[in-house]
Amino acid sequence: MSSALGQPHPVAIGFFFVFIAVTLGITWWAARRTRTTSHFYAAGRTITGFQNGLALAGDYMSAASFLGIAGLVSLSGFDGLIYSTGWLVGWPVVLFLIAEPLRNLGKYTFADVVAYRMRQRPVRICAAVGTLATVVFYLIAQMVGAGNLIRLMFGLPYEVAVVGVGVVMLAYVLFGGMIATTWVQIVKAVLLLSGALILTLLVLARFGFNPVALFSAAADRYGAAVLTPGQLVSNPWDAVSLGLALMFGTAGLPHILMRFYTVPDARAARASVFYATGFIGFFYLLTFVLGFGAMVIVGQDAIRAVDRGGNMAALLLAEVLGGTPFLGFIAAVAFATILAVVAGLTLSGAAALSHDLWVNVVRDGEAGEHEQFRVARLATVVLGALAIGLGITFKGQNVAFMVGLAFAIAASANFPALFLSMFWRGFSTAGAVASMTTGTVTAVVLIYLSPTLQIDVLHHPAALFPLRNPGLITLPLSFLAGALASVVWPDSVSAERFAEVERRALFGVVGE
Amino acid sequence: MSDRAIARLAARRWRIALALTAAMLAVYFGFILLVAFAKPVMGSPVAGKLTLGILLGVLVIVSAWLLTWIYVRWANRHYDVALRGLSGPGA
Repeated sequence: MSSALGQPHPVAIGFFFVFIAVTLGITWWAARRTRTTSHFYAAGRTITGFQNGLALAGDYMSAASFLGIAGLVSLSGFDGLIYSTGWLVGWPVVLFLIAEPLRNLGKYTFADVVAYRMRQRPVRICAAVGTLATVVFYLIAQMVGAGNLIRLMFGLPYEVAVVGVGVVMLAYVLFGGMIATTWVQIVKAVLLLSGALILTLLVLARFGFNPVALFSAAADRYGAAVLTPGQLVSNPWDAVSLGLALMFGTAGLPHILMRFYTVPDARAARASVFYATGFIGFFYLLTFVLGFGAMVIVGQDAIRAVDRGGNMAALLLAEVLGGTPFLGFIAAVAFATILAVVAGLTLSGAAALSHDLWVNVVRDGEAGEHEQFRVARLATVVLGALAIGLGITFKGQNVAFMVGLAFAIAASANFPALFLSMFWRGFSTAGAVASMTTGTVTAVVLIYLSPTLQIDVLHHPAALFPLRNPGLITLPLSFLAGALASVVWPDSVSAERFAEVERRALFGVVGE
Repeated sequence: MSDRAIARLAARRWRIALALTAAMLAVYFGFILLVAFAKPVMGSPVAGKLTLGILLGVLVIVSAWLLTWIYVRWANRHYDVALRGLSGPGA
């Protein structure tokens, strides 16, 4: 079939400019309200639970998961469902273990919570390293994805696309801080959810609004195999290891954790994860139906003809069902999705540089408000430039593994220390440092030695480490290192202040 | 407000949080292990050509919703009340 994909189409460009104009308008409005560091990092703590639920969903639902999962389902059927569920099941864990105490104990970053009763310097440095490692690997995957997608959708050169995404995102974060970032994420979440919903309804309308008829049509055309587990889970240990990284990585993603500081209290933090879980689960159900819709209505050969990985399946489906204008709308939504995710990542990386490293390590917590605000913006420019530079450096590279790596680091470097600092009286400064260092180093080293990198990227015949994602090894190792170091080098101040942590985790501090 | 009562409430919240986390782990890894070890069962049809595997996958998502709903309901009804009781009137 012939497709308007890859050619600059007036409708797509129209939607695209409307979105840019609206979000820059939001940024202008937000910039006038961004007067303090608390506005810049935490939107002045004025976002409601429902709004933050949408923004969390907007921060989390990436173009990779929208286009990638729909594509995977369209080409391999059932196996896409393993990802759809895997990306969701971390959210209940965030609600049960993290959201409320984090909101009550911290100010801007998750390091605030880990360092609360510890010696600031070593803990802040390790937490900032964990944060920056997670953010950088996630950013590379997003920026390279953005360059490729925009080239496929609009026919723009890769470098132009990467610089464009970087500059627009930088404008949001630099001028509008967390207020603009939050509202860009909310707009994006509403657009993505409604776009996916309309597309799903158009698919189901062809099957009498009966999903079973859709699945039957898929089985009639491509065989019953598309409705049964395929090759994805050939090694169950691989699936369990990836599952652990996804589940506890979500609870250690710095840009997600930072969002809980934008709401007024723990109750609103609780409500926001409840809504986010609802929206994100609904979204993954929709992408699953869209994948099968593309398989049946567009056809696997036509999908492969445009992109071998299937990433354009949802867009081709939109074109077949709604014509070029609808394709333009969905393409603009995919673009909005990329911008919202990279903006959240950049802001959390900037907070680690300025709040954790500059203010609390270099300046020992003695920086004035004016200086904090200035350093925060400077750090944002550094992160934005880094994102553009990395996007261009990794052009044409296979970076799909970097998302898995980001989740593995988040699950092993950030989550165990965060959890133990709120849960265990005996957790000491040495324990926190050991846990975070072990998590970061083992996750990076084992990914390097894994088949994901050695075979898929470097094309070596074999890999030293058997698992594709190291979560199953690195998460327990990080807990073990934290426990051992805490027992060997206990910290009497940290233990004495645990009662204060417990009280504050429950009640918070009024006005912060 | 006594530190003892606070520690008791904190312990109660952690117990419920850990139990619900364990439930989510069991549901998700139960699904993954079925996918890995019981492929024929997962491929058996339940309605039309819809397979048990797809139905269970959708139920994993539904159970994530259900578990968050259970927690929020408990926290709104019992935990918040206990918190207010500990912090006293007006605090």
